[in-house]
Amino acid sequence: MDDRAKYRRELRGYAIGFASALALTCAAFATVHFDLAPAGTTIGIVFALGLIQLNVHFRFFLHIDLKKSARDDLQLILFSTLITLLMVGGTLIILFNLYHRMM
Amino acid sequence: MTVQSAWFWAIGRIDLHSFAFVRAWEDPSLDKMIAAGAASLVVLGAIAVFAIITKLRKWRYLWQDWFTSVDHKKIGIMYVILSGIMLTRAVIEAVLMRMQQAVAVNQPGIVAPEHFGELFSTHGSIMIFFMAMPFLTGIINYVMPLQIVARDVAFPTLNSISLGLTVSGAVLLMISLVVGKFSTGGWSGYPPYTEMAFNSGVGPDYWIWAVTLSSIGSTMTGLNFAVTIYKSRAPGMHLFRMPLFCWTALCTSILMIFAMPPLTVATLMLALDRYLDFHLFTTDLGGNMMNYANLFWLFGHPEVYILILPAFGVYSEVISTFSAKRLYAYRTLVYATMVIAVLSFTVWLHHFFTMGQNANINGFFGIATMCVGIPTGVKVYDWILTMYRGRVRFTVPMLYAIAFLVTFVIGGMTGIILATPPLDYVVHNTLFLVAHFHNMLIPGLLYGMLAGYQFWFPKAFGFRLDETWGRISFACWVVGFYLAFMPLYVLGAMGMPRRMAGVFQGEYLPWLIIACIGAFILLAALGALFVQLVISIRRREKTRVPAGDPWDGRSLEWAISSPPPEYNFAVIPCVEDRDPFALRKEQGRAYQPPHAYEDIEMPKNSVLGPVLCIVGAAAGFALVWHIWWLAILSFLGILAAVIVSSFSRDTHRVIPASEVARTHEHWLRTVAEARAIPRELETRSANEGLAESAV
Ligand code: HEM
Ligand SMILES: [Cu+2]
Repeated sequence: MDDRAKYRRELRGYAIGFASALALTCAAFATVHFDLAPAGTTIGIVFALGLIQLNVHFRFFLHIDLKKSARDDLQLILFSTLITLLMVGGTLIILFNLYHRMM
Repeated sequence: MTVQSAWFWAIGRIDLHSFAFVRAWEDPSLDKMIAAGAASLVVLGAIAVFAIITKLRKWRYLWQDWFTSVDHKKIGIMYVILSGIMLTRAVIEAVLMRMQQAVAVNQPGIVAPEHFGELFSTHGSIMIFFMAMPFLTGIINYVMPLQIVARDVAFPTLNSISLGLTVSGAVLLMISLVVGKFSTGGWSGYPPYTEMAFNSGVGPDYWIWAVTLSSIGSTMTGLNFAVTIYKSRAPGMHLFRMPLFCWTALCTSILMIFAMPPLTVATLMLALDRYLDFHLFTTDLGGNMMNYANLFWLFGHPEVYILILPAFGVYSEVISTFSAKRLYAYRTLVYATMVIAVLSFTVWLHHFFTMGQNANINGFFGIATMCVGIPTGVKVYDWILTMYRGRVRFTVPMLYAIAFLVTFVIGGMTGIILATPPLDYVVHNTLFLVAHFHNMLIPGLLYGMLAGYQFWFPKAFGFRLDETWGRISFACWVVGFYLAFMPLYVLGAMGMPRRMAGVFQGEYLPWLIIACIGAFILLAALGALFVQLVISIRRREKTRVPAGDPWDGRSLEWAISSPPPEYNFAVIPCVEDRDPFALRKEQGRAYQPPHAYEDIEMPKNSVLGPVLCIVGAAAGFALVWHIWWLAILSFLGILAAVIVSSFSRDTHRVIPASEVARTHEHWLRTVAEARAIPRELETRSANEGLAESAV
C-alpha cells in the first residue's frame, strides 16, 4: 500500500472517530436538555453513551483494536479495568456493609 | 522570638531526651542499655564504614562506579547489600523478642513493653519493606535483563532513583534507633492507635515516611520492570519463550504497579490526619478507621504475592537446572502464576474477618482465599514432576528448593485453616497467625532469595560460593525455622496472643523456650551466611568460573562471561527456543564467534539517584521532627534536581565495536582454554564455568 492510500485511510479513521464522538456527546446533552426520558432512565442513557464514547476513543484515536499489534495494549486496559473494578467495587461493598451493621 | 521558639524553628521537636544515649544515661536499666547499645552499633557502624572508605580512598570509586551507576547489575547488587544489612538488624530484633517472651513468663523480662512494641514494629516493617522487597528487586534487577537479553532496564535512571528512595527509607529506620523512637503500631500501623490522639510522638511519623518513600520506589520499580519485559526482549524471545523467572518478575511488577499505590495513599492519608488534623481515620468527627484497614490490605495481600512470586521463579530455574531437565508443564506454571496474581486482588478481606462485616462477605472472601491454593498446588506438582526422573544434584540452591517444597505446603495448609472465617475467629491475633505467615514467608521468600543468591552469585562476581558453609547455613535455616515456628502453632492454639511483651501462663514456657532456641539457630544461620561470604572471597582464586556457566545452565544469562561486561551481550542473539542455551550446547554451537560487532550505546551515569536519596531522607527526617525549613528546602531540592537533570541531553555513551570485539574475543579464548567438566565436578575447583554438554 502506498503512502497516500495509507494516509487517506488514516484520515478517514479519525474523521469517523470525530463524527461519532461528536454525535455521542450531542446525544447525551440532548437527552438531558430535552427531558426525553424520566430522570432514572436519563442517567442510564448518559452512562451507556459514555461507555460507547470510551470505546470510540480507544478504537479511533488510540488505535486499540483486536488486531495483533494492539493486543498488548488492549490486555493492559482490560486488566487495569478489572483490577480497578475489584478494588473500588470491593471497597464500596465492604464499607457500606460495615456502615449498615453499625447503624 | 523567644529562645524556645527559635530553638523549635531550627531543630523542631528534637531535644536531649530524643537521644537513646541520654535516656540510657539517665536511667541505666537493661532496657535502656539495650536501646543505647543498638544506637551505638548504628553510630559506630556508620563511623567505621566512613573511616574505612576514606582510608582506602574509595569515595571516588564508589561514587563513580556504584552510587551514580545506572547499570542494572550494579543497582541489583546494591539492593541485595541493603537487604543483607537490614536482614541482620531484623533477625537480631527477632532474637531479642524471642528471648523476651521466653523469660517474661510472670516476670518483667529484659525489655519494657514500649520497647517490645518498637521491636515487633521495626522487625515486621524492615523484613517486608527493607529486607524482602530490596532482595527480590535486586535479584530481578540483576537477572531479568540478562535472561531476556536486554542491555539494561527500560528506564535506567529511574531504576537508580527507586534504589535511592528505598535506601532513604531504610536510613530513616536506622536513624530512628539513635534519635527518637519508632512506632509501636506494628508493621500495619493501624489507626486510631497511630493517630495523634493516642500516639503523639515521632514513632508513627518515622514509620509513615519510611514506608512512603519505599512504596514510591517500589511502584516505580514495578513500572520499570514491566516496561522492560514488554519492550526490551531480544528478537525471537516471545513471551512464551521467557524463562519462568521472567514471568514471575512480570507478574510481580504488575502487582507492584497496582498494589503499592493503595499503601502510599493510606500512609499519606494517615499523615494528613497527623499533620493537618484531617479526620480520615479518627474515631470521631466522621472518620472511618475501617477504611485504613481496607486500603492497607488492598496493598497487603497482593504484597505477599509480590514477595512470593519471584521466589517461585527462582525455584523454577533452580529445579530445572539441577535436575538437568526442561521445566515440566511450563505453560501451566505461567498460567498458574497469572491466576495467582489476579486472585491476589480478590482476597484482601481475610486480614480482617473479625472486624464486623456480615457472614456472606466473610464467606465469599474465605472461599476466594482457598482458591489461591489451587494454582499454588499445581505449581508444587509441576516442580515435583520436573525433578521426577531427572538427575537431581543436591547443591545448596537445590536444597533450599526442596526444603521450600515441604515447608511451604505445611504453611499453605495452615493458611486454609485461617481462611475459614469461624476458625479465624478462634486463632486470629494469636501466635498461630504469626507461625502461619512466617511459615509462608521464610520458605516462600527468604529461602527463595537465598537460593537465588547462591545460584547467581558466580554469575555476578565470577567465583562460586563456598559449598560447605552454604550447607551449614542451609541446615541452620531449616532446623532453626522448624524449632522457632512450629511451637508457635501450639502456643497460638493454646490462645497466646501475638505482640505480647509478657504473659502469665506457666504452661506456655516450654514452647517459648524451644522457639527461643530456634531463633538462636536462625541467628547462627545468618552468621554462617556471612562466614560463607568471607571464606568464599578469600578463596576466590580457586573457585573462579570465567567461562560463565558453572551449573550447566539452560537460559541465556549463562551464555556470557562471569562477571558479564557492562553491556551484557556483545551481540544480541536471536532466541529460538525456551531453553536457548541448553539447545545451543546440545547442538555444539554455544560459543560461536559472532559475524560482526557493532558499536553499543549505553546510558551514562546519573547523579539523580543518590541526590534524591539524600534529599528524600532529609525530607523524611524533617517531617518526622517538624523541622519545617528543612522540609521545604528538601521538597524544593527534589523539584530542582528533577527539573535540572531533565535538561541534560548528553545521556548516552558509545562503546566502540573494536572494544566490544576485544573483550568478547578475549573471553572466547578463555572459554577455549577452559576444561569442560562433568557435573560431578561442579562444586570442585576444576569447575571453570564450562559444561561438558557444551563440547
Ligand atoms: C529469621 C527469623 C525470624 C524470626 C525469629 C522472627 C520472629 C518474629 C517474632 C518473634 C515476631 C513477633 C511475634 C509477636 O507478635 O509476638 C515476628 C513478627 C513479624 N515478622 Fe518475623 N521473624 C523472622 C523472620 C521474618 C521474615 C523473613 C519476615 C518477612 C519477610 C518476617 C515478618 C514479620 C512480620 C510482618 C511480623 C509482624 C510484625 C507485627 O506484629 O506488626 N519475619 N517475627
Ligand atoms: Cu492475605
